[in-house]
Amino acid sequence: MDLSSLVTVFDSALRLSIPLLAACLAGLWSERSGVVDIGLEGKMLVAAFAAAAAAYAFGSAWIGLVAGIGASVVFGLIHGFASISQRGNQIVSGVAINMLAAGLTAIVGNAWYGQGGRTPPLEGVQRFGDAIFGHSALVYIVLLAVPLTWFVLGRTRFGLRLRAVGENPAAVDTAGISVTGLRYTAVIIGGVLCGIGGTYLSVGQSAGFLPNMTAGKGFIALAALIFAKWRAWPALGACFLFGLLDAIAIRLQGISLPGIGEVPVQAIQALPYLMTVILLAGVIGKAIPPRAAGVPYVKER
Amino acid sequence: MSAPLDLPKWADTVLVPAISVVAAFLVAGLVVLGIGENPLSATRYLIQGSLGTGEGLGFTLFYMTDFIFVGLAVAVAYHAGLFNIGGEGQATLAGLGIALVLNNLTFLPGFLLIPLGILGAAAFGAAWAAVPGYLQAKRGSHIVITTIMFNWLASVLIVYLLVNVLREPQSMNPETRAFPEQSYIPFMHDVFAAFGIEIPASQLNLTLVVALAASYFVWLLIYRSRLGYAIRVVGSNPTAAVYAGISPARIIIVAMVISGALAGGLAVNELMGYQHRLLLEFTSGYGFVGIAVALMGRAHPVGIILASLLFGILYQGGAELAFEQPAITRDMVVVIGGIIILFAGALDGLFRRAVAHLFTRQKLARA
Repeated sequence: MDLSSLVTVFDSALRLSIPLLAACLAGLWSERSGVVDIGLEGKMLVAAFAAAAAAYAFGSAWIGLVAGIGASVVFGLIHGFASISQRGNQIVSGVAINMLAAGLTAIVGNAWYGQGGRTPPLEGVQRFGDAIFGHSALVYIVLLAVPLTWFVLGRTRFGLRLRAVGENPAAVDTAGISVTGLRYTAVIIGGVLCGIGGTYLSVGQSAGFLPNMTAGKGFIALAALIFAKWRAWPALGACFLFGLLDAIAIRLQGISLPGIGEVPVQAIQALPYLMTVILLAGVIGKAIPPRAAGVPYVKER
Repeated sequence: MSAPLDLPKWADTVLVPAISVVAAFLVAGLVVLGIGENPLSATRYLIQGSLGTGEGLGFTLFYMTDFIFVGLAVAVAYHAGLFNIGGEGQATLAGLGIALVLNNLTFLPGFLLIPLGILGAAAFGAAWAAVPGYLQAKRGSHIVITTIMFNWLASVLIVYLLVNVLREPQSMNPETRAFPEQSYIPFMHDVFAAFGIEIPASQLNLTLVVALAASYFVWLLIYRSRLGYAIRVVGSNPTAAVYAGISPARIIIVAMVISGALAGGLAVNELMGYQHRLLLEFTSGYGFVGIAVALMGRAHPVGIILASLLFGILYQGGAELAFEQPAITRDMVVVIGGIIILFAGALDGLFRRAVAHLFTRQKLARA
């Protein structure tokens, strides 16, 4: 591989890792506050649809972004209502979010545009064009979210409280801080990030929405989150690694490597899932989630 | 999951799930209205298409068979306090087990080959569930995450095998060659015809009987056996289980093995009963519907059979409906499934509290 193709692979790895990173950071915020979120996939999907539909209707990618974020936050709030206010099972709620998103986007897309669930193709100002170094503004927004997440969660009073809620909500409650309020804030921030990620898929990376276009990215993001052990900078690393694997898989399609022969694409595709399972098994290092993650908080009476 | 509320048993097991289903349908009706279609005529087409004709009924029962298996799979794990969302992957692997058994033992007669195929499905499904079960029990890795990862691993693996290994060289489609004919599980209309009774032809096959038998078996297992008791103890209080001399780790693995084997039933119905070859994506997301079925049926076999019938009606009726009112595609069923999971699962407390509130008011009024 020469330099130019190396640059190409690096470039496409960055592109492919952006939606993963957005969803991964969304999960990070949510789970750090104690709300497990397996609905990342669904939130990205509704955001992708809402963004493409709005960008098409209003002829502006930025309005698309607002719509995408809005839709994703609404779904995040459903999850929040179920898991924070109603103290329901967070896994069950996440599964519901994913199914709702898959079904609703397909139905509404089909009813509105009659193209099998696709939105009409977006062009010109309806899309995020390549702003700097051949990447759109969204790429930089998502990349910027990494230091921001690191700083806010690690260095500010709000961030420390939010993390405390994910570890020991009772202590935070005793200090007179609202557990519910902090968790809702985290869920909303997660919704915004998923919204950006979904918008990037349909309005940045491609020109329009396709049914089920997230294709498991939300779950790879979940894997990356575990891989990063719920921390911001490692999240960037994990998502870039998974994006790179994806880029290599695309690059190697049908190419025979000297000495190895043709590498099956599926072997590379399986790596993120496999590595996560191995990591979770504690064979290499140990991934420990926030202590209160997945546990609804009940105020003692 | 929610604070214990004093509810009569019938209200807890029948009324609360019924209310959440009704609420789910109301929301679904709003979605139908929202895309500018008539929910009443949609309901009529749905019922007419699924129950109104003999053929429709056959297809409804065919889908019901799928959902009974995946619902039972989720339920058995649920009793052990585990959330198995890996039904998709386990059923996919079960399909691989079926293909390997049937296409390698073509010389066997049907009465041996069919049970062996079913066993192959159960074994492969169980094995694919056993690994996450083992990892949860011994290494503490969360079953939800591992079963999700195993779903994706299964889908990647099956694509690789069907494209590169199992596909027939001259065929363009990623699917195996047809199974030997003696391994087909007989269609119900053929069975009835053998007795001189004519019923309309459909995909419905004898796997339905297996599904009902499996439901009975699960009922016996969970509520009438020592192992089932151990499973329920581990599910409700693992610490108490240890004091009672039950090993939670062992029970978790056993429960997952049974769960995975049951999920394999989906592959038996779809592949041995209807498709007669292994192909991509035959699970069609039914593994996730199983979660809705189990939650709605309160993880009890009778409830699961009823919930499966409801989803069978939705799937078959939904197909007919999509034909009559093309704006309402079959994705509507996925939406309804999602809302039911949300209402019957995550927002369960909402309805439970409302019902409890009603009951206390009534009690106060009487006093």
